[in-house]
Amino acid sequence: MSEIQKFKVTIDNISIEVPAGTTILNAARMIGGEVTPPAMCYYSKLKESGGKCRTCLVEVSKGSEKDPRPMPKLVASCRTTVMDGMEVKNITSEKVVDARKGVVEMLLINHPLDCPVCDQAGECHLQDLSYEHGTEGTRYEFERRTFEKEDIGPYISLHMTRCILCYRCVNTAKELTDKREHGILERGDHSEISTLLGKSLDNEFIGNVIDVCPVGALTDKTFRFKNRVWFTKPVDVHRDCPTCSGKARAWMRGDEVFRVTARKDQWGEVEEWICNDCRFHKKEAADWVVEGPSKIDRRSVISQGHYVDTKDTQVLIDKVIGKQPRFTLDIHSVSDVNKPEVELSRIQGPAHSDDFKATQE
Amino acid sequence: MQKLTNRSVQVDRSPMTFGEKIYLPAIAKGLGITLSHIFKKKATVNYPEEKRPFSPVFRGLHVLNRDEEGRERCTACGLCALACPAEAITMEAAERKPGEENLYREEKYAAKYEINMLRCIFCGYCEEACPKDAVYLSETIMPASYKRKEFIYKKEDLLIPHPKKQETK
Repeated sequence: MSEIQKFKVTIDNISIEVPAGTTILNAARMIGGEVTPPAMCYYSKLKESGGKCRTCLVEVSKGSEKDPRPMPKLVASCRTTVMDGMEVKNITSEKVVDARKGVVEMLLINHPLDCPVCDQAGECHLQDLSYEHGTEGTRYEFERRTFEKEDIGPYISLHMTRCILCYRCVNTAKELTDKREHGILERGDHSEISTLLGKSLDNEFIGNVIDVCPVGALTDKTFRFKNRVWFTKPVDVHRDCPTCSGKARAWMRGDEVFRVTARKDQWGEVEEWICNDCRFHKKEAADWVVEGPSKIDRRSVISQGHYVDTKDTQVLIDKVIGKQPRFTLDIHSVSDVNKPEVELSRIQGPAHSDDFKATQE
Repeated sequence: MQKLTNRSVQVDRSPMTFGEKIYLPAIAKGLGITLSHIFKKKATVNYPEEKRPFSPVFRGLHVLNRDEEGRERCTACGLCALACPAEAITMEAAERKPGEENLYREEKYAAKYEINMLRCIFCGYCEEACPKDAVYLSETIMPASYKRKEFIYKKEDLLIPHPKKQETK
């Protein structure tokens, strides 16, 4: 029994040998690229995740070498383990593409489509998914499911209307903390993430639920409405942290640290969990040691305006005209936006009208 | 040498005839052309008393729209700034407080919104990008000014007048 049994699986006509017990989704991730089914609820770092959102549906056209019959229905690839000689169709199957489009539309039924307001826009998996499948518009004409807004503490803001009930945050709290304080209440259409008694979440690793959330249901209150994701620049940073690994990603604009998140891998999953102290309290550039700009997929909106391998060209204007060019307008003397003496990132929580009135006087 | 086109004409260098030498017929012909222009349609208009009609796709000065109840439509989503090829638009967002529902349409609003008209190229991408129908390019020509700082248009300069407050006046 020293050697682990290897199974050969073919996904979209690409074959790979994987150890027995691997799920189809993980086998597809080993191949990488477009054959990987999207996952809204499955999270490789969380043991009990998966099987809820149905976006990872695939068609199994051949069950195994011994039993070559195809599976009668589309299966959730995050919960189905591979068999030897299995043949899986993902994007090559029309049935899968069609079913996935239906699933995305289903997820969007009660989603408020308030992306212009939502802080997750730009790094939202549901947004990506809906645009990929051309369902960014809506056909739904009825009243959407709404919830009373619940305050779950000074650091995390909960927007239950945006939730797709993936259970990722529940599993995160279960695995990272000794005592889970939030969960899903009610059932069916009335299900909601809540702390039941309006308690605030205050475990020192609970901030990770923000990173784990595939939509904008759980967002960082210290970053709330401060800036858009694509106007800040992600930088890999680290610090000596007594509680966590201290490896994080700072979202900066100039020298201001607007937001700190965990580093995410190519599947949008957290690499190492970070503690609340790193996430919410270390908003000074001096707190962090900068490693370099984070690698962001060039197709992502986050990479807009962030150029890599740039070369500084020599400034020649002063040599040509024989003197330093005169500034005809110092923009900060006129503009109210981005005043150098006002640092939005230092305001606790979202900015309000008072914050701006104070600076105007 | 071979001619490239057959439109070129050899200049006539033969000596002038008597008719050409007395000049008067040529002067009369020239004056005739000048006189005929009096009766033609003028190419200019008497601006500012008279204005040329705009094309329906004309893109002029920006306005920030309000809804029927006079609430600001802009939610500071940043899509106009993202779409702007000249990087002329900047903004800062804030959260709506309880009691400000009559001022702002959404939970989040633009506390500050500025368009640098020195940078703006009036391409209209901001109007196209706006998901909330908040920014529009009007049919107004950008006013001229001697000072650069007057080209920084703030939210107060861009917002359309409040529909209800206007009625009471």
